[in-house]
Amino acid sequence: MAEVDNTALLQFLLRTGDNTLILGHRVSEWCGHAPILEEDIALANTALDLIGQTQLWLGYAAEVQGMGKSADDLAFLRDVWDFRNVLLVELPNGDFGQTLMRQFLFDAWHSIMLPRLAKGTDERVREIAQKAVKEVSYHVERSADTVVGLGDGTEESHARMQAALDYLYPYVGELFESDEVDAAMVDAGIAPDPASLRDEYDALVGRVMEKATLTVPDGSFAHKGGRTGRMHTEHLGHLVSSMQWLQRAYPGSEW
Amino acid sequence: MTHPSVEQVWEWLGTLPDPEIPVITLIDLGIIRGVTWEGDTLVVTVTPTYSGCPATSMINMDIEALLREKGIENLELRRQLSPAWTTDWMTDEARAKLEEYGIAPPQPAGGPSRCPRCGGTHLEKLSQFGSTPCKAQWRCQDCLEPFEYFKCI
Repeated sequence: MAEVDNTALLQFLLRTGDNTLILGHRVSEWCGHAPILEEDIALANTALDLIGQTQLWLGYAAEVQGMGKSADDLAFLRDVWDFRNVLLVELPNGDFGQTLMRQFLFDAWHSIMLPRLAKGTDERVREIAQKAVKEVSYHVERSADTVVGLGDGTEESHARMQAALDYLYPYVGELFESDEVDAAMVDAGIAPDPASLRDEYDALVGRVMEKATLTVPDGSFAHKGGRTGRMHTEHLGHLVSSMQWLQRAYPGSEW
Repeated sequence: MTHPSVEQVWEWLGTLPDPEIPVITLIDLGIIRGVTWEGDTLVVTVTPTYSGCPATSMINMDIEALLREKGIENLELRRQLSPAWTTDWMTDEARAKLEEYGIAPPQPAGGPSRCPRCGGTHLEKLSQFGSTPCKAQWRCQDCLEPFEYFKCI
């Protein structure tokens, strides 16, 4: 196995931790607004798990960076262009169906990626992934069930879920992009080539969408640029300004 | 000066309740993974239940407050992620206490075996998520009461 260089490892950890941070924040926006109490609680629990995982990923990222920063520093003191999450997770929540469709499209990938990381060569990555995969198995079970329930539901819910899938699907491709950071992770045995997960993902998404009576759109066009930091959507800036409000207004304040 | 023994420290820690489910102790829950002296420093190793569980920081605070009160000056709380916490580490005593308290204990089958109130076995899942990250919401179709189930993880 090749020695991994810290620049690549840092990028990999930022990508992983920023995905959970930004999705966790998005999902937390539902707190107190979901259609029924059980769903409100489920969304808040999911957000909490994701943010907990973020503390571990970004905590490790900060150590690898070696500049004396913490997970909180990385979450709250970077500006929008420094985030490395995929575009899918920064998209607005839309309606409840769109939120759950985005969750499923992410959970499906997460539930396939984490078991690989849990068997990789980096001890810290392995430990975090082993912890996270237990939580994510509950996330994907619930988001898949909800996508099926709403997709194969009423005419109205079906139409909304199909619209959500049509809108979100072009953002899925970025999860399977590979670049030199991924190549370095593969060489070091830390993470798989994202592209190698696509068949398993398509099979899982295909099974769930069939049960949900929804049609996976044709075409391979993918919006991308988030995980490389080349370009985020306009939505991330708004999210970050709300997420970082307290640190911007009162720099350095602590609980 | 002599240190309190490791056994003594375990005994003290055995009095600390879980902050969210006070009927069981932290030791019952299986999250205190080690107590050792490293030179003059007492090291207590704690593993989180769920990675984002807000009780984790409260638990650390409770442990620190207790041990300071017992006169421990040099204390380090160490977080251990691996092996990841599992409900298999929960003691049988804890399972019995949970059920008595009205929370169905974790089962390998992935769902509760009976209603903690009436013992009925016709059960339905309301939601995989509950009032804390570690619990799900179920309902008994015999007595019609909702109840919480401690999820297997």
